[in-house]
Amino acid sequence: MIAESVITLFGLGFVSASVLSVASRLLAVEEDPRIEVVTEALPGANCGGCGFAGCEAYATAVLKDPSVPPNRCCAGGPDVAKRVAELTGKAAGDVEPMVAFRRCVKVEGKVARKYDYAGATTCAGAKLLDGGPDACRYACIGLGDCVRACPFDAMWIEDGLVHIAPAKCTSCGTCVRTCPNGILEIIPRRARVMVFCSSKDKGKAVKDVCEAGCISCGACVKKCPAKAIRMEDDRIVIDHKACLAYGPSCEEVCVKSCPRDILRCLKPEYIAPAPETEPAHFPEESHVVDLNA
Amino acid sequence: MDIFLLFISAIFVNNILLAQYLGNCPYLGCSKEKSVAIGMGAAVLFVIVLATVITFLIQKYIMNPFHLGYLQTIIFILVIAALVQFVEMFLKKMVPPLYKSLGIYLPLITTNCAVLGVAILVQRKEFDLWTSFLYAIAASVGFLLAIVLMAGIRERFVVTRIPRSMQGVPSGLVMAGIMSLAFLAFKGMIA
Repeated sequence: MIAESVITLFGLGFVSASVLSVASRLLAVEEDPRIEVVTEALPGANCGGCGFAGCEAYATAVLKDPSVPPNRCCAGGPDVAKRVAELTGKAAGDVEPMVAFRRCVKVEGKVARKYDYAGATTCAGAKLLDGGPDACRYACIGLGDCVRACPFDAMWIEDGLVHIAPAKCTSCGTCVRTCPNGILEIIPRRARVMVFCSSKDKGKAVKDVCEAGCISCGACVKKCPAKAIRMEDDRIVIDHKACLAYGPSCEEVCVKSCPRDILRCLKPEYIAPAPETEPAHFPEESHVVDLNA
Repeated sequence: MDIFLLFISAIFVNNILLAQYLGNCPYLGCSKEKSVAIGMGAAVLFVIVLATVITFLIQKYIMNPFHLGYLQTIIFILVIAALVQFVEMFLKKMVPPLYKSLGIYLPLITTNCAVLGVAILVQRKEFDLWTSFLYAIAASVGFLLAIVLMAGIRERFVVTRIPRSMQGVPSGLVMAGIMSLAFLAFKGMIA
């Protein structure tokens, strides 16, 4: 009985082991050694801003797929784009520096609270209860899901509103994907005007809950000489490329035409230079822009 | 009709997780997100069906003729472990998309007790090969159902206030118990 067991198990183990060792030779997958080099050149935050599942996934894609450009890493900026272009032998192309932007001024608009929320301190949790504690369903809930998600420590909550430090923001878009109300947006740092509201409600509903919100009157859409503004679901969408291409000769007629003052020129301070690849310190006071002011 | 009963029995009445308590490790470990739970469930389905068929053949053509029934557990573990390793290598080379979606879960269930459990159960119930195959599918669909339901509940847990001592695994175990109780109601279905 002992001999039988030993022989059977030895035999089965030997057969399995030899099949596996032969298989590991025959079925070995060769990995491109350049993938590792390119991955190391990337910032390694795995933020997903490039549209791939992480730095390694992007490195694989940029090496294997000729249609993937080397400048997709928004966290790394132009320096990383140049390095990746060198390593992959692709043309670098220009990187438009972008930044995250909060489309809500609920403090200024004196948005009322529907109820006192005492649940788990996450925006996603608050959103489950009747669309959040604010009277406006599209307001910044202010419980900081984006702050916790931000891989670069560029956001913080103040007065129930999220604030963004442009000097630290790498425009990776993690916060945009996290926000349950979709009030964050990635815009070019050079953007001239921006709408400070993201409500998809009709004019009357917005007026009832917020003193500052966009009432979707469409005045800006009609006035814009570059046709860079359009309405989508009663929400203003600005085509910044068209806007920047037209240039300042329109004298921001859209801002002047807005009856609610919700379409505004961006403060020049907001156009802070993009951060270096490794910003470790907290931004100086002067870099922090108060969008409510 | 028999096949219908077999499916109802394996999925609801004798659910492998909730009535037989096999495979609780991935049940608690991989049920935090629905997408992960579906990946795990699919990998389990794949491995259980494959392992059951292979071990059935080994039982019939190697162990029974040589009267090696007392070595069943250890031989099944050996064979399933080797099989999963081989399948992993095979998928990596031949079917990369499937490897990407199942790959990371495969080593986790190399010798999962649900896999071993189904392989041994079909021997105890003395099914033939075709019935074993169907039973393996049904049992793993039951696993998939239970783990996806659990993930749906635990996704809600994340945004709920739970006392710190109950966060994570403790509340998960309590939920598993309550779900088992709920599934007990199916016992009355087939008199």
